[in-house]
Amino acid sequence: MSEFWLDMLVVVLRCVFSVAFVMNIVPLMIWGERKGAAYIQDRPGPNRAPIDLPNPADLPRLLSAALRGEPLDYKPVVSLRAAGLIHTLTDVVKLAFKEDITPDHVEKFYWFIAPVIAMSIALCTFAVVPFGDSFLGYNLQVSSLDGGLLFVLAMTSLGVYGIMLAGWASNNKFSLLGGLRASAQMVSYELAMGLSAVVVFLSAGSVSLAEITRQQGEALSIFGLVEIPALNWNVFSPFGLLAFILFWVAVFAETNRTPFDLPEGEAELVGGYHTEYSSFRFALFFMAEYANMIVAAAVTATMFFGGYNVPLFSGAFLRENADMVLAVLGLGAIPAFLGLAVVAWKRRGRPFYAAIPSDDPRRNEPAFFTAVWLGAAAAHGGLGVAGLMGGLTGLSALVGVEGLGADLLVFVLHVSSLGVKVLIGGWIFIWVRWTLPRMRYDQLMNLGWRYMLPIALVNVFCAAGWIILRHELFA
Amino acid sequence: MALPKPQKVLTLSESSYLVEVLKGMVLTMGHLIKNIFDQDRFRTIEYPDVRKPMTARYRGAHRLLLRPDGGLKCVACMCCPTVCPAKCINIVAGEAENDPAEKFPITFDIDMLRCIYCGFCVEACPKDAIRMDTKIYEINAYTRSDMVHSKAYMVNLMDGLKPEAGAAYRAEQGLAPDGYTNADSAPEGSPR
Repeated sequence: MSEFWLDMLVVVLRCVFSVAFVMNIVPLMIWGERKGAAYIQDRPGPNRAPIDLPNPADLPRLLSAALRGEPLDYKPVVSLRAAGLIHTLTDVVKLAFKEDITPDHVEKFYWFIAPVIAMSIALCTFAVVPFGDSFLGYNLQVSSLDGGLLFVLAMTSLGVYGIMLAGWASNNKFSLLGGLRASAQMVSYELAMGLSAVVVFLSAGSVSLAEITRQQGEALSIFGLVEIPALNWNVFSPFGLLAFILFWVAVFAETNRTPFDLPEGEAELVGGYHTEYSSFRFALFFMAEYANMIVAAAVTATMFFGGYNVPLFSGAFLRENADMVLAVLGLGAIPAFLGLAVVAWKRRGRPFYAAIPSDDPRRNEPAFFTAVWLGAAAAHGGLGVAGLMGGLTGLSALVGVEGLGADLLVFVLHVSSLGVKVLIGGWIFIWVRWTLPRMRYDQLMNLGWRYMLPIALVNVFCAAGWIILRHELFA
Repeated sequence: MALPKPQKVLTLSESSYLVEVLKGMVLTMGHLIKNIFDQDRFRTIEYPDVRKPMTARYRGAHRLLLRPDGGLKCVACMCCPTVCPAKCINIVAGEAENDPAEKFPITFDIDMLRCIYCGFCVEACPKDAIRMDTKIYEINAYTRSDMVHSKAYMVNLMDGLKPEAGAAYRAEQGLAPDGYTNADSAPEGSPR
């Protein structure tokens, strides 16, 4: 019986972890989008919404004022802006408290479930993405489906139902056009996407994402001459690279991101499929877009960039040398912090953004932006957790569970590794959005059907030939 | 008739998009990196904290000018409501008895919701009684009636000062609050 409950607990923990992994990156992506767009366009970006912390001495006065229902006026000791991160929080508060308008002319049932479908499908897709090799013998994957990649393809095609239903149920020509565009786009790019995924099936001999990732953790051999450990990534094979480019372009179309964001083309379609939505229903669509991007980046990382694998260090290697790895990580933190201190010292008194007053902490925002994006994975996996690891190694000796500390270390490193890859993918989504203009609809269809589909087809055959050839020559 | 220029034929690398996309991405990333290291490149002004200095010829909210003795320069000649293309100036003229000017505006209202800030009223004025040199551009109110600037309001608009601050400045300088030095010289029927 206790075995059963332990298994149930593990299932729940996996689900919570995978949802938390996606939903934690969503605000980071929204912030990165706003701030990144601003820096690309020579602007400072959002930097106003603060959390004003009052002087503790004022608290009794403020509390009594709050109880009497009077406005709170105080001089804040600290105005926490976190370089615009608070804007995301204020957005959520605003959207949650806005009036939720249901227009009279909508098809109520479908209109209500459309945002739910969009959001839940986006989160479901992450269920088959492995985020670590194993933890005390448990798979680190919500569902270890054998047909993992097929599940991903199925789910991404279901994802368009949210948009289509929203567009149709809104009973409004702009929304309907947005929904139609989304479905047409989905149909055209799914083929190229599926065909480029076939290249990965062929080289892995399996459609299970866990198996694909495990194989990418093996050593990369270049014509049997040189072996690079834990770098057998699919992107490093000639046809894998082409498959990756095709897949990545198709992913942009599937997630409705610029240059393929025609379903919400605001210039001609007002707001596209979410024109009629307000309040938290709109927030669900908004979050679903970012969740989709994160999941798409995670799937791409898993298929082509080794998933959770740390480049050059295989899971087995990390497990065997857990103490050494921990020491290197700990020692590596010292020069990193020293470097930060040196940079901070050198930057003191530097001329800054002239339009911001000199004593304003907002002048540090670009540094904060860079630091967060570069250090986000460390924050996500938790450098602090890595510090705890030493204690946990000792704890495992006390509790008597064999290899708990080493497993925990490898888990953190693997999640961080996946996190870095996801964030790089997410940043490329943002970067491309603020670089490229939206494509015209006929250009979109041309690219999908007349270029990407034939290239993907030829690529599958060439990849198959290459795999046979490689097998004959080097094995 | 000039023939349209033939469309430029794209080279292979251009028509495959990939190279051009990468070039564009390098450009935007360059901007991002430069901006992160040098915030002086930002073109934005942190508006409520920092304000753009307005040039001398900027046309902001209207103000009414005073004679050295404190009376209004305006003689209600009706030039400005006549020339106003938006028909936003409303003057009710009155006869002044104890005032050097024989005519004065009992009311002088400008509906700022209709005003198009063309500055014709300033050009038309023979007495230099109205100017738009306050450099005030935040003209807002909670009600439509508050958007109608009255004589008393416009007299107290100083250079860049809203009426409250303008009134305080007037009191400090010993100037009359509404353009008249004292109650005796104020003509019958003029609002205070």
